[in-house]
Amino acid sequence: MAVIPVERKPLTLAERTYIPQIVHGLKTTFRHLVAPNVTLEYPEQRPEIPGGYRGVPTLVRDPNGREKCVSCQLCEFVCPPKAIRITPGEIASDSAQAHVERAPQAFDIDMLRCIYCGLCQEVCPEEAIWLQTQYSMTGYTREEMVNHKDRLYELGGTLPDAHLKWDKKKAAEDAAAHGGHH
Amino acid sequence: MDSSLYFDLPIWVRVTLQGVAVIAVLFPLAAACSMAERKISAWIQGRPGPNRTIPPFLRWIPVVAPVLQKLGLFQLAADGGKFVFKEDPIPGHVNKVYFVLAPILAMIPALTTIAVVPFGAYLDSAGRAVPLVLANVDVGILAVFAVGSLGVYSVILAGWASNSKYPFLGGVRASAQLISYELSMTLSVLPVFLWVNAPGGSGTLSLFDVVQSQSQPGFWGGMWYGVLMPISAFIFLVALFAETNRQPFDMPESEADLVGGFHTEYGAFKWSLFFVAEYCHMIVGSGVFVLLFLGGWHPLPWVSLEMVSGWLHIAGSPVLTGALATLLFLGKVVAFIFFFMWVRWTLPRFRYDQVMTLGWQKLLPLSIANLIAYALAIALIERA
Amino acid sequence: MADLLFYVLGGVTLGTAALTVLSRNAVNSAMFFLLSLLATAGLFVLLDAYLLAVLLVLVYAGAVVALFLFIIMLLDMQGGVRPPFTRATIAAAVAATGLLTVGVLSFVKRAQLSAAPVSPDLPVVGATLKSYAAQLFTTYLLPVQVVGFLLLIAMLGVIVLSKRFEGLEDIK
Repeated sequence: MAVIPVERKPLTLAERTYIPQIVHGLKTTFRHLVAPNVTLEYPEQRPEIPGGYRGVPTLVRDPNGREKCVSCQLCEFVCPPKAIRITPGEIASDSAQAHVERAPQAFDIDMLRCIYCGLCQEVCPEEAIWLQTQYSMTGYTREEMVNHKDRLYELGGTLPDAHLKWDKKKAAEDAAAHGGHH
Repeated sequence: MDSSLYFDLPIWVRVTLQGVAVIAVLFPLAAACSMAERKISAWIQGRPGPNRTIPPFLRWIPVVAPVLQKLGLFQLAADGGKFVFKEDPIPGHVNKVYFVLAPILAMIPALTTIAVVPFGAYLDSAGRAVPLVLANVDVGILAVFAVGSLGVYSVILAGWASNSKYPFLGGVRASAQLISYELSMTLSVLPVFLWVNAPGGSGTLSLFDVVQSQSQPGFWGGMWYGVLMPISAFIFLVALFAETNRQPFDMPESEADLVGGFHTEYGAFKWSLFFVAEYCHMIVGSGVFVLLFLGGWHPLPWVSLEMVSGWLHIAGSPVLTGALATLLFLGKVVAFIFFFMWVRWTLPRFRYDQVMTLGWQKLLPLSIANLIAYALAIALIERA
Repeated sequence: MADLLFYVLGGVTLGTAALTVLSRNAVNSAMFFLLSLLATAGLFVLLDAYLLAVLLVLVYAGAVVALFLFIIMLLDMQGGVRPPFTRATIAAAVAATGLLTVGVLSFVKRAQLSAAPVSPDLPVVGATLKSYAAQLFTTYLLPVQVVGFLLLIAMLGVIVLSKRFEGLEDIK
């Protein structure tokens, strides 16, 4: 590679007095002085959350209001900091959703442990756990920082996604039981 | 207004009243400056600055309370209260006497110099301007310099008494810097006083006479000295920044390399005294600059206070002309303090060797050359 | 009132001057010297010599003592052990005291002080800027020049002593 020596230009007298530079700097800061603020008044104004943001993990329901989690515990298994603790439970046989068979009895995410990695969302076969736009978790005690099941559903809401795979499966099973074509 | 009531009071009552007035004016002004500094730094950096604090029992007041809240004035009160009430520890390794003495010494020149700075003038019934000043001494500018130069002791003593290395370095830097720039500062105002003291006059160093000589009739007479002697004004300005330890000359407390400089070991009320003293110096320095180079209480070059009072038909009233003059002067001082802060949030700090080079090798020869040039010019003009 | 102030200021001047000499801590000495100078300035004010008072504060209190302190801090002088008196120091002290006494006595005995001016048109020397300057550039022109020259010599001497010159080439 060729070395190109660059002659350093000698400073002009005006540059050596440093005054034009100071005046230029003063002009710049004055422009910023009168320019509108670039900050947000945080608690009142909230930043716009971009799509695909990975905030607090939450649990979601399907459009029929059924909790999507079937307590397979894959997320509990994959969670690197072991923030998730699931107590699996059965769905009562007289329930309309009895064909899904299982749902979590308790579902705790310890937000003091969670590292927002999103592995739980990635591993979930039921698309039941989602990292959503909630980004601010505060509390005065350790207990307050643990999201229990009802809180998780409250944060998560409903996934507007009409797969309804368990209902389809049930319909198919029913059809098979009646028609016997399988 | 009947002023004889006041002058009938015994002298010690008047002196006490004047002292209280100085404190009552300068302290809130310095405090307001500190909040202005925070606000201006915030605006320059694109932030709103402190705008949240408000005591709950004042929240119901419409318009006024939200405006004060947005301006951060309640934050100011909270900060002041904090300085008074928080614990004020004296570290174990310090020289206690000088450690306590230093912040007190900082306040003395800061509050004393204001006494000889005229802050306005009123027109008496004969139309002559009479200065509004606590002590109208003949040696005005020298008194400001003399008492102001005592400010260096607080910094040196604070640095030395703290008995640890960063304050010590800050104190050494401060003493060298303050003494260096005092020379250029004094030399830079000499042309002004050569011009003011025309031959045949009684000879004066009074700041009031400087202001009055900037409102003479004619093209040259009405010109401010900032226009007539730009180099003097420039040197005085730079030296003023150095003397008040403001950016880009805040060597004594350059937090990047000296933690907090001379006040590293200080906290609470003693620290706030240093803080207030710095702003008082700034206010007095701005006032002196305005008097010397920006026409004092005369609204514009070639437009004197007398002319404006004539246009407004208030020339007969001492109170109104006095108020007008004081407002004009204060307005200029506030604008100048804004300039101080504007520069602070624009320029980076000089290196210490640059400060010394600038002071001794650039400003001092420049001010001497400036003095000689103006002395020759004034001699030629007087001869003609 | 003025008499009382005179005695107070005079007492402070003398007392702090004595403490300047007697203090073991150099910083204390410098601070007492500062107080002494300020009290002297107060005495000048009592004599209506405002200009002299201001100049004293400006030059001595503002700059000279600050430089003293600066040097004390740089050298980190902390009192320490004093060298004992030797025959030479005693002789020097006696000689100096004698000379000082003779000087003061001759000043008191022989000086012809003109009476204070009674006319208000004729201000005291040093009271106003103009009278002070006029005296400085007429009556006392020679002493001023001599003292200035002496200071210049002292400054050159300090430069020669403090700078290390390797050879004659460096001086040129």
